[in-house]
Amino acid sequence: MTDIKAEIDVLPGLDSSARLLEVEDLHVEFRTQAGVAKAINGVNLGLDPGETLAILGESGCGKSVTAQAIMGILDSPPGFVTGGEIRYRGVDLLKLSEQERRKVRANHIAMIFQDALSALNPVFSVGFQLGELFRIHRGMSRQDAKRRSIELLDMVKIPAARQRINDYPHQFSGGMRQRVMIAMALALDPRVLIADEPTTALDVTVQAQIMSLLAELQRERNMGLILITHDMGVVADVADRISVMYAGKVVEEAPVLDIYAKPAHPYTKALLESIPRLDLKGQQLNVIKGLPPNLTRIPAGCPFHPRCAYARDVCRADPPPPQYDVAAGRTARCHFWTEVVGDEPAVK
Amino acid sequence: MSQPSSDKDVVLETKGLIKHFPITRGIVFQTKIGAVRAVDGVDLELRRGETLGVVGESGCGKSTLAKLLVGLEKPTSGVINVRGQDMPKLTGAALRRARRNIQMVMQDPYTSLNPRMTVGDIIGEPFDIHPEVAPRGERKRRVQELLDLVGLNPEHINRYPHQFSGGQRQRIGIARALALKPEIIVCDEPVSALDVSIQAQVINLLEGLQDELGLSYIFIAHDLSVVRHIADRVAVMYLGKIVEIGTEDEIYEKPTHPYTQALLSAVPVPDPTLRGQRDQIVLEGDVPSPANPPSGCRFRTRCWKAQEVCATEEPALTTREHSAHPSACHFAEKRNVVHAVE
Repeated sequence: MTDIKAEIDVLPGLDSSARLLEVEDLHVEFRTQAGVAKAINGVNLGLDPGETLAILGESGCGKSVTAQAIMGILDSPPGFVTGGEIRYRGVDLLKLSEQERRKVRANHIAMIFQDALSALNPVFSVGFQLGELFRIHRGMSRQDAKRRSIELLDMVKIPAARQRINDYPHQFSGGMRQRVMIAMALALDPRVLIADEPTTALDVTVQAQIMSLLAELQRERNMGLILITHDMGVVADVADRISVMYAGKVVEEAPVLDIYAKPAHPYTKALLESIPRLDLKGQQLNVIKGLPPNLTRIPAGCPFHPRCAYARDVCRADPPPPQYDVAAGRTARCHFWTEVVGDEPAVK
Repeated sequence: MSQPSSDKDVVLETKGLIKHFPITRGIVFQTKIGAVRAVDGVDLELRRGETLGVVGESGCGKSTLAKLLVGLEKPTSGVINVRGQDMPKLTGAALRRARRNIQMVMQDPYTSLNPRMTVGDIIGEPFDIHPEVAPRGERKRRVQELLDLVGLNPEHINRYPHQFSGGQRQRIGIARALALKPEIIVCDEPVSALDVSIQAQVINLLEGLQDELGLSYIFIAHDLSVVRHIADRVAVMYLGKIVEIGTEDEIYEKPTHPYTQALLSAVPVPDPTLRGQRDQIVLEGDVPSPANPPSGCRFRTRCWKAQEVCATEEPALTTREHSAHPSACHFAEKRNVVHAVE
């Protein structure tokens, strides 16, 4: 088994000294009847082993599309990667053939989805779907594949794994289904795991179980984890670094402590002030006026300017604000980031 | 909100409210083989101008409770007293009149508005059913007033729901609920489907309307942070029963029921400096089936405090030695799970 894995590990150009995952100036657009929607407009991301990078943003900001582009599962058409590089250990994934790309998925980079019920195939047993990975990617026999599948279910702490292996997805509860998804994603021991809103559909007590399971597995395997979410509470609990996305751009990137203490982009700041907190009472909520932009008509200049309290003429005119260095490992796309960082919270 | 003093301030009261959905076998000759105890004996009171938050996990019966309150479901037994009238016993014109007083805002603003109707027709539809509220000639003006009240442009009266964003659609849903000038609005997860930056807009709107119109809200949500923000009192539900009820301060700062404590401790707080500083209670297993709830205390199968008495004797929802507010636990005791512990 190990030699097969070794053989698969050989990707042309794989350089173990290069950064685990690097996304550079990624552009994605969707060509639709209503026009070209520019979903991603120059995204840069980086990920190291053992690290958790959270991509935070609202619906339509491009966070899921970024994940799909990295995985190579973008619906195409209408989606097209129109520029940029996605490098995994130095290999530009976008230049690989579909066949090579397939080897990368699950072996090197795996993903778990928000809605486990629709991500799993309803007509096959969980054991069959898990075993498929070993049979196809590893050429194992049915028997071996089944044995490994049971081990996986044990790993994600599904009780009575030996019996439940023959159950179908609908026979599992929401939390247990999400565990099956995690087992499936980790089956071939990937180095990068992308979790797209893994707990959004779950209750808080189950969310806590799943997040602690993910953290434990990540630690054991020293995996890089990209956590895509809109929940600023979950992010505060698990992330090392955060990239905040708005209208297809990373508007702010920073270590987790810095961003919550002193946000450098008005959007991040406004978001933090608009969420109710469990531990605060009589809190005033700051409202972000307006709506996120329509991606077929992104405003000129800074895409956030129509909703921004700091906006001035320079924000409305092209070119959009460049990526300013706020501190080491910290960037923000705002002309007035010094003001934003310096300001006290608008509400407390 | 000031503490109301007399019973006159109680606008809604339920006593022993029960809703069991039958589980049947057979197609032509159906025989009842059991029941899902969705709501299983709920007593609560809502006072004028107050917001009562109802929290709990999926399947705890909070949405069924909402449907019972607005009369979309008939209770199996129990009393729903609105302004001295027992709603489930009313019929015909009396029921219609009583319903005017208690309206609902639904969770999903995308499916709860008819895509073929204009906004004017949607908000004006309650007037077709209750023509006495607004005479024909006045309806358009009333609808425009309502649009203005919820922060939408009154000139958009002829637009269709798809021309609005999620947050705006939820405002339309709120305007429809306000059309008949009710005293009580039942909000079933009104902000769960909205984006973070839009949530605050709708929460602030609901709060503003309450102050302006003196409304009472039943606010049902699974997001405990949102409920803390908006509610004056909070009821925690588990498997069809209220397990703890009290003021916002009592529930969040001094929770005494183990389930409330577990629920609160699982909610992440958006503050990375608190990471690992809070008391974390990770519950084992899943919620049992409401068709076959555990004997005695329903939470005992997942509770770390459970003893023999919990299986044999169901704890009443009442004040106890170590709980100044009603808590349905034999061993109720305060525990700090929201803030950092030293």
